[in-house]
Amino acid sequence: MTQNRPWIPYALILPSVVFLCLLFVVPLVQTIWLAISENGVPSLANMRTMAGDLNFGRSLINTFLLTLAVVPIQIIMALTMGSMVSKMGGGRETILWIWTIPLGISDLAAGMVWLSILQNTGYLNSILFGMGIIERQTAWLTYQTPVALFIGIAIAEIWRGTAIVMIIIVAGLNQVPKEFKEAAEIFGASQWTRFTRITLPLIRPALQSALILRTVLAFEVFAVVYTLGGRNFPVLVGEAYNWQNQNQNYGVAAAYAVLIMVISLAATLVYLKAIKVDPERLP
Amino acid sequence: MKRMLSIAMLASTAMSVSMPAQAETVFLSTQLRPIEEATAVREELLSGLERPVDYVVEEPPQFAVRMEAERQAGKHTISLVGALHGELSPLADKQSLEPLDDLAKKMADAGMPQSLIDLGKLGKAEQQYIPWMQATYVMAASKDALQYLPEGADINKLNYDQLIQWGKKMQEETGAPQIGFPAGPKGLMPRYFQGYFYPSFTGGVVRTFKNSDAVAGWEKLKELWTVVSPNSTNYDFMQEPLASGEVMVAWDHVARLKNAISGSPENYVVFPAPAGPKGRGYMPVVAGLAIPKGAPDKEGARATIEHLATQEVQLQTASLVGFFPTLDVQLPEDLDPGVALLAGAVTATQSASDAVISLLPVGLGDKGGEFNKVYMDAFQRIVLQNEPVADVLKAQGETMSKLMSDTKARCWAPDAKSEGACPVE
Amino acid sequence: MSTVSKTGFISARRFLFWSGIVALCAWVLVPIYLVTLGALGGRTGAYQWPKTFLPTNVSLQPFILFLKTEGVLQSFLNSLGAAGITVALSLALGAPAGYALARYNFRGKDSYRLLVLLTRAFPLAILALPLTISYIRFGLYDTVLGVGLIHTVLALPFAALVTQGIFLGVPRELEEAAWVFGCTRIQAFFKIVAPLALPGLVATAVFAFVISWNEVFAASVLTVRERTLTAYLLTVLSESPMHYRFAGGLLLILPSVVFIFAVRRYLFAIWGVSSK
Repeated sequence: MTQNRPWIPYALILPSVVFLCLLFVVPLVQTIWLAISENGVPSLANMRTMAGDLNFGRSLINTFLLTLAVVPIQIIMALTMGSMVSKMGGGRETILWIWTIPLGISDLAAGMVWLSILQNTGYLNSILFGMGIIERQTAWLTYQTPVALFIGIAIAEIWRGTAIVMIIIVAGLNQVPKEFKEAAEIFGASQWTRFTRITLPLIRPALQSALILRTVLAFEVFAVVYTLGGRNFPVLVGEAYNWQNQNQNYGVAAAYAVLIMVISLAATLVYLKAIKVDPERLP
Repeated sequence: MKRMLSIAMLASTAMSVSMPAQAETVFLSTQLRPIEEATAVREELLSGLERPVDYVVEEPPQFAVRMEAERQAGKHTISLVGALHGELSPLADKQSLEPLDDLAKKMADAGMPQSLIDLGKLGKAEQQYIPWMQATYVMAASKDALQYLPEGADINKLNYDQLIQWGKKMQEETGAPQIGFPAGPKGLMPRYFQGYFYPSFTGGVVRTFKNSDAVAGWEKLKELWTVVSPNSTNYDFMQEPLASGEVMVAWDHVARLKNAISGSPENYVVFPAPAGPKGRGYMPVVAGLAIPKGAPDKEGARATIEHLATQEVQLQTASLVGFFPTLDVQLPEDLDPGVALLAGAVTATQSASDAVISLLPVGLGDKGGEFNKVYMDAFQRIVLQNEPVADVLKAQGETMSKLMSDTKARCWAPDAKSEGACPVE
Repeated sequence: MSTVSKTGFISARRFLFWSGIVALCAWVLVPIYLVTLGALGGRTGAYQWPKTFLPTNVSLQPFILFLKTEGVLQSFLNSLGAAGITVALSLALGAPAGYALARYNFRGKDSYRLLVLLTRAFPLAILALPLTISYIRFGLYDTVLGVGLIHTVLALPFAALVTQGIFLGVPRELEEAAWVFGCTRIQAFFKIVAPLALPGLVATAVFAFVISWNEVFAASVLTVRERTLTAYLLTVLSESPMHYRFAGGLLLILPSVVFIFAVRRYLFAIWGVSSK
């Protein structure tokens, strides 16, 4: 099948390659050039402006902190959800549907949802006020309450982004053959041992896909942060957006974009190395 | 699947075909963007025109990109633009606006003050835009806050010390800071620095950026900020937190206070921004209407300008969106009471004996955003991050210097005129 | 005695299990419920303090008013159009590539994978900038088609990878059997493979739809008049009163909820097969 007509696969991928070249590779190269040039001459001026900017360090740290806080929790939640549904009989489909709903919710909308809860006159304060815990409206999303702000943003991100992880993991769990579990049960392995020794290794490909996808997306987080934190919580993509839109300096915006790409690729490589999976199962 | 694909294809092509061709006059505006205001423009202000007008809004940065892109590509879709004085001036610099001298003459006959019309020349021989509406920034307070006003303070002649005292008192009595500023990502806080803070404390904007008056001013602002709501860095429009009771006193653009004030005019007082040692800085905002060269529907655009500049529509504009007429007309008694309150504060500001007028930045081209960033970065570092004032001003002053020499922008009021690029002294 | 305690233990566990499920459902649903309250509560509702959690003072009026606002309907249609183009293009271009990845070993396969991976690692909003200039030149600026094209860049890699999984799940033997019985490759594909892969393809289509539907930044940079719903909301909502924002949020959420519901069966099928 492979030998007799070697051109077939190339013919099949050709349209998509051409398309991606025109609409992705060309502008990508243009952007990289924009980032490392000034007035048409190679220069590190944009990179320097970026690195010297007031919010550069903070946005870098914030982005990493948020990723570190959000991704593990999402993986754990998704694993919990996955093992819960695997024990369910009836109603499974409905529960899965409900848990999947946030998948379809854009970060813009997710930001608004959580703003309605966390703002001063929001629902969180209303509950706390009703229970007598606070006496008046309390602000959670300000520069004076960085911890609360961080938690608020992380919660919103977890709310929005767990669904995709769960789908991948549930699908992975579906693949684990029943025989393995039954065998382990016969040998008297505890539930925890069964989970760590059998289930986890078997869903490695799924776990890897989920980690890569979620981490890359976490580095691109923006709209939720922008809605909830305003200028109090700078993140990398937000800075790129500000340089592009507010400051109209496309070179610096491009520098940020290139930096984000480098970080994302590095993270992907780390996952590929750390979680070995046979190549057919790459995402 | 194939069927689904072909349906999707069909649907999308059908949709792109059914997009309206250029039958309407496209009116692109950076003003009156919020949904309720834009609706008022479309349904009230632009009704009664023979040719339908498609009112499209765009934020200032995208507006600049869009106009530049159309100019470069030579493909024009926009017939009429409505934007601020400072946003129109880069367009005029690139010779991309139609001269409107005949319309300007008509306006003068209809009672538009000549000084205002001359602004629309943008320093050129020919009329570049027709002044459309004007506004400024004021402060508003809920009447509950008045009881905490320091003794002997006249709300229409407040100074910074009194404002700080007032803020302290409110914080003590209510338990939370009650003054708000629109320092969120889309708030107009940069205008506070350029039109209010710097002129009031230093009598300049660029030249005086890092002098000793400025240092003293920033120290004062830090003191004020201890009684300002920390949510301020999330506020884009002060009407929201005012109406919801998150803050009792706020500074903002009149159009961004209007919904709260008009909603319950009996609950608010509106008054001029405070004065500093160099006077009471204020920044008038003039929005103008202009026709880009190569506009596909010049006739429709002219008709629209004339329509928007009639006395009736100008008054309607004031009551609907809170921007004031450029025609010299008396606001009627039965005007929306909220708008009347705002108008009163504007008059009080303009006629204050210590008023220092500050114009919108001119000549910065597409660097307007970075110019704002200089002030906001200084604010973030000094006030929010508590860095030493002099060091920050020195560093930001260098950025400012470079910005000015890159753009070769000359000084504008209240800075003294300059020969070349405006220097940071 | 021991049986009693054992059943007690089990029912306690069951109770814990089900309360966990209920809690997780609430975690997803309560915020959506609250934003709905916000959308239907109107201006006074948005400023009310403290807020009530019961749907008092709720009416459809504010939401309908929002829907009637100039531009909302048009941008809703534009969003549908852009998403339609995205679905069609990403499947038309991505499915063949997925088939090639599933069925053939060829040189450059890994490079192709890398290209696809790259698209995921780059914030696409930034690409919209150099694209703006080319778009104006080719007349794609401010068109629904232009938005559809950039959204296809986002959805295509996904479509290629997912369809790869789907085609892997269709046994090769079936296809080969069809050849033996005299079908051409193309006939075999449409008669044997396509029907088996259909559910997965539908789900891929819906994913492409959701990707396009939710994309904000490329759409807002590349359009002025022909805004998609998200781009429109981004410009007007940030400067609009709270209840409008909530209404906009709700309008963004509703279609996705319906789409996800429509394909809930297939969602897991595609990932299940693709990680085989």
